[in-house]
Amino acid sequence: MGAHASDHPPGLSLPNGAPAILAEVKPVVIPRRELVEHGRDFHWITEKICGIVEGKTPVWWWWCFGLAAIVASFTVSGLTYLVATGVGVWGHANPVNWAWDIVNFVFWIGIGHAGTLISAILCLLRQKWRTSINRAAEAMTIFAVVCAAIFPVFHVGRIWFAVLPGWLFPFPNSNGIWQNFRSPLEWDVFAVSTYGTVSVLFWYVGLIPDLGTMRDRFTAAGNLFKARIYGFFAMGWRGSNRQWSNYEMAYLILAGISTPLVLSVHTIVSFDFAVSLIPGWHTTIFPPYFVAGAIFSGFGMVMTLMLPLRAIYRLEDLITQYHIDCMCKITLATGTMVGYAYSMEFFIAWYGANPYEGFAFINRAFGHYAWAYWIMIGCNVITPQFFWFRQVRENTTLVWILSIFVNVGMWFERFVIIVTSLARDFLPSSWGYYSPSVVEIFTFFGTFGVFSFLFLLFIRFVPIMPMSEVKAVIPAADPHGSSKH
Amino acid sequence: MNQTYGLIAAFDTTPDLYHACEKVRDAGYSQWDALTPFPVHGLDAAMGVRRSKVPRFSLAGGITGFVTGMSFIAWLGWVEYPLVVGGKPMFSPMFAFPVSYELTILFTAFATIGGMFLLNRLPMHYHPVMKAPQFVRALDDRLYIVIEANDPKYHATATRDLLAKIGGKDITELEA
Repeated sequence: MGAHASDHPPGLSLPNGAPAILAEVKPVVIPRRELVEHGRDFHWITEKICGIVEGKTPVWWWWCFGLAAIVASFTVSGLTYLVATGVGVWGHANPVNWAWDIVNFVFWIGIGHAGTLISAILCLLRQKWRTSINRAAEAMTIFAVVCAAIFPVFHVGRIWFAVLPGWLFPFPNSNGIWQNFRSPLEWDVFAVSTYGTVSVLFWYVGLIPDLGTMRDRFTAAGNLFKARIYGFFAMGWRGSNRQWSNYEMAYLILAGISTPLVLSVHTIVSFDFAVSLIPGWHTTIFPPYFVAGAIFSGFGMVMTLMLPLRAIYRLEDLITQYHIDCMCKITLATGTMVGYAYSMEFFIAWYGANPYEGFAFINRAFGHYAWAYWIMIGCNVITPQFFWFRQVRENTTLVWILSIFVNVGMWFERFVIIVTSLARDFLPSSWGYYSPSVVEIFTFFGTFGVFSFLFLLFIRFVPIMPMSEVKAVIPAADPHGSSKH
Repeated sequence: MNQTYGLIAAFDTTPDLYHACEKVRDAGYSQWDALTPFPVHGLDAAMGVRRSKVPRFSLAGGITGFVTGMSFIAWLGWVEYPLVVGGKPMFSPMFAFPVSYELTILFTAFATIGGMFLLNRLPMHYHPVMKAPQFVRALDDRLYIVIEANDPKYHATATRDLLAKIGGKDITELEA
């Protein structure tokens, strides 16, 4: 390129006399949005992020931690009662044999998807604003997968049967019969366990350089106990460029494989329904519709978590208004896709001319569960439309409230899909109405405690932002000196 | 006996380090490294570091995962316990695909991370540069170049002069 330009000095003319290159080019100056505001330097970032872990445990943290533990105990008691008694303690009965357990499973696994979207897909798309939110979002993914996994594992009742007679994992039962690998439910076991494992690995690889920083700071401060613990997990990272070279490649590949992974996980989750023959489930739109919904719900949860964190720890320079705008816009885009999918389902139900399919959708909107359907439409289709407006996106409190609506709406989406379709199946004589039992309510309510419990531990003991990545996006990190201009 | 591991020099800004690395590379050193708190874009080329070999591990892991999934399900259907379900074939790559796909990703992830650890020789909880008092800033806000004494071109004074000439500050000898 350089040689080419020098062969044709400015002002050279083509044979027809027209100038080949303009004598002077004035490129339009389009300033990039600053990802770290107020010109913070490397050391400020280190102090800010490490300071959260190194400082004294704040009082609010203990209150939240205690509350989360109390809420989590509801899950523990619900599950203990379930294992001691049997799955009959859940409210499932013919014809609704899948209900809150799988609703909650899909809800939580969907929330996890935003974390992987931020860490993997936005990494491949070189969206540098991802850096300051990806660590917390990935942690959210892992904890959401933990909450999700509770339901399929415990729905087998005697949980130890999940492994050895192979009610979930591939081991033969006492007659030597193996799992049915033609079934999406078995695919799901592989999808979700791979997703959980790869999410943990990806998160850990991202943590290594920051754990090295923590190790060195604790060593310098003379706290050898903590230096040992962080040092153990830092694996002896020393930030050498020959290490970075392999590290960056590994990170890129992990992002590259996590992208098809995250898309496949919710696709396979949607196969649980789409591969069946139930009207309202047996549709080809399910995979993309589920993936869009998952990202939508996940961004809802990311904002629910990050906005309070930003306010409490004064992270406004790192999670700027630009970050919030980006998150709101992704929520808007995916929420609109979900709204499109809802209308497309109705269109296909009519256009497909299948009376059972048509009935299933009319029943969703106007049947016994219409209340759930309209909560879903209100939260998922109408709520995100507020994000068109800058005034809304700049009002953090309002964004936070809207993000809660997104979470609620996406839970109801799964409820509507699963329960309405089953409650009105082919034979009117078997129609029923499902209500959850108190055990189910306890178990689900408690998962929010489990999630918060884990997330609070995360913000207390792990650097909540990838310092090395945030440092790499500030102007001072540019080897060609953009900070000098 | 106090043997020398090498020399460490500090740099204040990323462009300084970047250009210094180019000069160390051009001076013909091979056993040297840059310590940075974040990955510096393009520093591999400035240092003359070749493209990472991690993808080879990833590819091997991915192929292993896919073959494992397909052959496991084929073995189940054809050999271990042939069982007709819904009149479908004993084995078909179609229904074996989702599981094989997930295993491809799972094995690739393990191979990638394993390969990265192997190539970076991690875990290595002790390294001579970690003993240096200035190392605490290497993962915080300062950039360093370390030239090892076992480099064939290393010379206690000539290398020190080179580091000083290219803008290195606080040049110190590292104990082995």
